[in-house]
This record gives sequence, C-alpha cells and structure tokens, in this order.
Amino acid sequence: MNVRGKVLGIFALLVVIVIVTGSLNPRFFGAGNLENVTQRTALFGILGIGAAFPIVTGGIDLSIGAVVGLSATLLPWLLDAGWSAPAALLMVLLVGASLGALHGLCITRLGLQPFVVTLCGLLIYRGVARQWTGDQTQGFSGLHDGLRSLATGRPFSIGAFDVPAPLLILLVVGLLAGLFLGRSVWGRWLLALGRNPTAAHYAGVPVNRMTVVAYVISSLLASLGGILFALDVGSVQPASMGNFYELYAIAAAVLGGCSLRGGEGSILGVILGAAVMRLLYNSIVLLGIPSQLEFAIVGGVLLLGAIADETVRRFAQNRRAKERARARSDTT
Amino acid sequence: MTATSLSPDGDRGAARVLSAPLLSAHGLTRRFPGVLALDRVDLEGRVGEVLALVGENGAGKSTLLKLLAGVDRPDSGEMQFEGAPWRPATPRAAASSGVALVHQELCLAENLSAAANIALGREPRRFGLVKRAEVREFARAALDRVGARFDPESLVATLSAGERQLVEIAKGLAEEARVLILDEPTSSLTMRETERLFEVVRKLRSEGVLVIYVSHRLGEVLELADRAIVLRDGCNAGMLEGDTLTRAGLVKSMVGREEAAVRGRSFEAGDGAAALELRALRTEDWPACPVNLAVAPGEIVGLAGLVGAGRTELLETIFGLRGAVGGTAQLAGQPFAPSGPRAAIAAGVALVPEDRKEHGLLLDEPVRANLALATLERRRRGPLVDAAAERVVAESAVARLGIRTSTIEQIAGTLSGGNQQKVVIGRWLETAPRVLLLDEPTRGVDVGAREELYALLEDLAKAGLSVLFASSDLEELLRLADRIVVMHEGAIAGEVLRSEANETRVMELATGGSTMENKDA
Repeated sequence: MNVRGKVLGIFALLVVIVIVTGSLNPRFFGAGNLENVTQRTALFGILGIGAAFPIVTGGIDLSIGAVVGLSATLLPWLLDAGWSAPAALLMVLLVGASLGALHGLCITRLGLQPFVVTLCGLLIYRGVARQWTGDQTQGFSGLHDGLRSLATGRPFSIGAFDVPAPLLILLVVGLLAGLFLGRSVWGRWLLALGRNPTAAHYAGVPVNRMTVVAYVISSLLASLGGILFALDVGSVQPASMGNFYELYAIAAAVLGGCSLRGGEGSILGVILGAAVMRLLYNSIVLLGIPSQLEFAIVGGVLLLGAIADETVRRFAQNRRAKERARARSDTT
Repeated sequence: MTATSLSPDGDRGAARVLSAPLLSAHGLTRRFPGVLALDRVDLEGRVGEVLALVGENGAGKSTLLKLLAGVDRPDSGEMQFEGAPWRPATPRAAASSGVALVHQELCLAENLSAAANIALGREPRRFGLVKRAEVREFARAALDRVGARFDPESLVATLSAGERQLVEIAKGLAEEARVLILDEPTSSLTMRETERLFEVVRKLRSEGVLVIYVSHRLGEVLELADRAIVLRDGCNAGMLEGDTLTRAGLVKSMVGREEAAVRGRSFEAGDGAAALELRALRTEDWPACPVNLAVAPGEIVGLAGLVGAGRTELLETIFGLRGAVGGTAQLAGQPFAPSGPRAAIAAGVALVPEDRKEHGLLLDEPVRANLALATLERRRRGPLVDAAAERVVAESAVARLGIRTSTIEQIAGTLSGGNQQKVVIGRWLETAPRVLLLDEPTRGVDVGAREELYALLEDLAKAGLSVLFASSDLEELLRLADRIVVMHEGAIAGEVLRSEANETRVMELATGGSTMENKDA
C-alpha cells in the first residue's frame, strides 16, 4: 500500500476511535476534553515529526525521550541560573541540535549503526541530566508564566473550543516539515537516500550531510518538545521526564505511514498517528479502563494496525488472483 | 511449435533422435494486469540436449521458466513431463520431481558453507540434529558432478561468482534433476569460468539431462545449444536448429527484422585540447600502474579488459568515487580532481554505473524522480523542487530516449532492463555532461534496445560529447568505439584503432599478450 493509502487508513482509524469513544461517553466531546487531547497530540506530534526524519533515511532515533528529558531539565535550570527566556530557549535548542549532529556524525563518519548510536545517547543523556541536577526536581518557582503559556496558553477560541498554543506550534512545525520533506530539494534527497543510499551517492546527493540533517531535525524537535513538556507540567523530574517518549514518537511515525525500511513518509500521517495514540489514551481514561493497561492497549492497536495493513494488501492480491482464475475458467 | 520432426544431424547420437519429449508445453498463456506475458507458447525439450531460450527482455522468457519450474502457474495451456501431466505446485515440488531452476540472481546464503547451501532444506537429520558428515558427502558428490574443485566447507562468501554458480547448479542437480534450467548463468562470470560452465553443461547433456539455457549472449547460444526457441512479445517467434541456428537467424527472429547494418561513423580528432586527459593517474586499487589516456571531444573510446582488469576502478576514480593516489586528470585543459560525484557532475562529468539496480536506480520511485535526481539542485526554486520543470524534463527525456513507460509516474523497477538503463542514461544527460563515462552500458539490455542506445551515443558524440565506456562485450566494443583501449591488471596494455580492431587482437592484449582461442563463432 502506498503512503497515501496508509494516511487514509490511519485517518479512518482515528474517526472510528472518535465515534466509539464519543458514543460510549459523551463527555469526550466536551470542549475541555478536546482541548486536552489536542494539546497532548500537539506535543507528541512534534516528537513524531522529528522521529520521522531518521526513519525516512532508513535509520532510527531512540534518544528522543532522553533528549526531551535533558532539554526539559536544562530549561528551568538555565532560567534559575539567571538566563533570559530567549537565551535559555536558544541554548536548549542549540544543545538539542548539537546532539543530533553528533549522532549523525557518529553514523556517517564512524560508520556506526543508528540503533546503537542513539541507544547510547538515550542512556548517556538520561544519566547526565540526573547527575547534573542531583536528581532534584526542577521547576519554574511560580515565575515565567508568560513563557509557560507557550505550552499551556489558549491564545484564541473557536466557539467553545479554546485553541491550545502547542497546536499552533505543531501546525507551523508540521507545515514546515511537510514542505521540507515533500517539496524541497533536500527532502527529495532524504527520500532518495532512504530508498538507495548508493544510487543517491552516485547521483551526486550529499548522502552524509543529509543523514546528519535528519538526525539534527529529530533532536531539535525533541528539544522543542522537551521545552514544551517542561513548560506544560511546571516541574521536571530528571529521572522520569520523557521516559519512553521515543517509542510514542516512533509509533506515531510508523502508524502514519513511515516505512522502517526508509524512503517513505508523510508528515500529515505522522500527526494523525500521534493523534490516534493520544485518543487511545484518552479513551482508556474516559471509558474507565484501568490505566495500567495503557501500554497493552496501545501495543494491541499498533499490532492490529500492522495486521490490517498486511491483510488489506493480501486481500487485494488474492482478489487479483481470483479474477485471473475466473478468466482462466471462462476460456477453457 | 511446428517442428517436431526428428533431427538427424549426426553429432550427438541416436538417443536424442528416438526420444520423445522429456518436458513439453502446449498453448501456455499467462496474463498479468495489463500485460499478456505469454500467449499460447509451445516448447519441447528432449533427453540429452541443450535447448536455448532466447528473446529480448520482456519477451516472456522468465515467465515461461517460472511456469516450468513451479514458481507460477499458467492461466491456460498444459505441460507434460516424462509423459505425464506436469503441474508442479511449488519450486520445491518441481525440484524433487527432477526439474530444477537456477536463478539469474543467485540465491545462496553467503554466511553458510557451500555444503550447507546445497543441503539446505533437506539436511540428513537425527533427532533434529544435522548429520554433518552426510551433508559433506552429499555436497561433495553434487559438486564433483559439476566439476567443482573447491572444498565443500568453504564459506559461500569466499567463493567467486563462477564458483557460486556451480554451487547453485550442484544444488539443483542434487535431487537427480532430469531438467536443469539455467537463467542467464554467465552474466557475472569471467571468461574462464564461462568455459568451465560450458564443460559442465556438455557433461550433463551427455548424461541425458535436458538443459534449458537462457542467455542474451548469442555467441554462447551458438556455441552450446542444439536447438533454440525464440520468444518475441510473449509468442513463439521461431525454432532454430542445425543450419538455421545462426546469429543472423536468431537476431532476425528476436527483433522481427534484420540486424542493423554496421555503422558508417568515422571519427577524426581535431587539434584542440582533449576533453578528458589522464596523466599518470594511479588508482587506489592499482597504485603501481600509472594510466595515461586521452579522449578527444566527440570521440567514443572503449575500455576493454577481463573482469578485474581495473576498468570500473578507473572510471570511478575519474568520477571522484575513489581517490587517486597519484597523477592528474584534466578536463578540457583544466585540472580536474573531483572530491566526489557532486564535484564531478558540476564539472561536467557523468558516470552511468555498472550495476543499475544497486548504484543507479531508485527502483521504488517513479521514472520522473529517477530522471530528476542528479539535477534537482540546478532546477530548484529557492529551496523547493521545481515540480513543473521536473515533469517537463521527464516527459522530454522519455520522448528523446524512447523510454517505453506508461507514464512518467510508472515505478522504475517495473520497466524492462533496457528501459531502466535508458532512465539512468537520461538522468545523466540531464546534467549536460561534456564527458560521459559508462560502465557496461548494455548489461542486461536486449538486442533491439542495444542498437537504440548505440545510435543515441553516436548522436551525442556527433554533437560533441566525449564518451568513455568500459565493456566486456567484444561485439559492443567493436561496434561502438572509435578506439579501443585495453586494460590488463590495472595498466593499459595497448590501444587498437577501430580500423585495425578485431576480437583476437583485443583478447590478446586483455589477457596479457598471450594468444587466446577465438571462442566466439
């Protein structure tokens, strides 16, 4: 199935979840609940878009959760140390981008496997964040409300629905990423090298540079996500902030049509994938399903999605085969 | 097929004259969405003969092989094997009944030994454990039969292409195959390995095996085959044997017309600077061999040599894929030392690589994206791809090169070999090169499309493009090159002008001066 088909499929799944949850518990459609879901979708969508880029090149970034944790820890620490808000934000994003560049260079220059490099990153950044802060919870001490409204604010309303600020950030990031991946020369190079890095190299595509770019984007968006998560919750625990978020991000990217073999991906699909993950979580809460089951249910839905994808593909194949068989029996 | 008459051409004996068909097919039809791959095709193979199956790419050879070997099933028509209806359900079932297919692309597990590969799936076992000694004996016997002299315990990864081919054949024969189907078996073999393979095929024929031999190389077919069945556009296009089995006859049946006349091209180099000049250039792979070579504007130079003579390495070094360890290159009199393909392209040099699937195409992407890949940066609007220009350029390349594709959005991997190659060449022509390097430009390209490519390259040369191409195909070198430069073990062994070129002279130089029997009829 092509990417467009997958995006349609994930959209259908999203509609089903909305209808089922909404009909079983009308509170789902309450403005407060919808605002909450879209706000969380936006935060995880940003991580998912980042995760999509290494996946498109045929790699993977497992360090996203740890970069979220490090960035979320670093921001309040810098503010506490007296940095101005813009300087602190820039610094955090710079650290994130540098980590991504480091991953990319390890992969391209040293020839290490993306899985290994980013797994080590996951462990190292978590440890660094905890040591640096002495494992102490970091917070904003009741200050920086203006800054925090980046994550918690509701700048304007559509009817009863107060639009969460992160949704606007997601839209900007998504638009830029979609334009980048789908329409820009660099995006086409990324897709080409995901399909066949050797052929891309022979055709003059700067394969190494583009691979580094993919990991920089991933870590940069993880960093942005970390900033927003920190501003959202207000108090950051270095040991747990962002744990497993790389898996949410990768799941959103894969649900949204990115092939782990590389060369395929859709930013719209990734955003829909992130929305499905958050809606599932929301449904679990609203339908009174024990929240301990969250991972099991998310995993189950992912598995069902993969099975449905494969089944539809086989069904289409079988139908063609049957048509041929019918044509055969007609001729004899 | 019409010719079921006995063929009393004396050399290979009574057994064949008297024998009924061992494997036959009648009226085989196979339809794929939008394509009639086989249209009522007949085939008859007898005990102890080599039956060649020839045809251009897309003629239906592969489909026919798949039906015979149980990989695929026909929509209509029937097959018989040893006098009984033949409906193999799977390749395994076909192999265990005695019909073995050796694929064009070898399917061996490189991390296992030759013996383990031969026994794969039918290992002698006790309590679920493999009996290693028996595996070894089994494999030894199978390898002996094909005259392989290496240790069955060698890892496949350490074997040469020819040795791997023998492992594949041994694997096919291990189940007492009565029919052995070889699909383009020599496409990656050296000349010596090819000779060895031919010996094996002849030995099997004398043992009564029916060998169905598929090849693009007409010289091989003429040398080896007793009869040849020609397919064209999914239909039988002729059965040639005895006196009718000639090169001209094969080509005529394959393309449906007479072979194009030898070209009338003549080339005289002007006085100006060479388009490309190598001065004592030394590659990483042959650091002790300085290469001096010049290509004039509008000249077509062929690089001849045996596999491993350093031709690919030289082309890739010029293109900046590998570093030079010494010497210089000049492009129209200017120093040229590209740091990589990007710099080479910018300077006006293009390379059509040898392996178009690995190094050339994005097989899962449309023709349009493949054609545009090397020129996206030139035709951008700000940071964005100029999609409209991309489409226009793709359409014009398809028209100019005669790429047979349904639309520019067709996935490149679904095109025939010749059309895939045209897409790769089209991509490079888009970069408007001054020097075009090609490595085995027509590997896996069928006869008709070859002529089109030759004509295209000649037209480009006439317009001033300099062409340097490496080829293992002597016919191609003699047909296309104004001058043939022969390489031997990394060094230039000699140069033959077109007027004095012949196969014997080129082969002498390629083999280091020693004379060599002229194997091509």
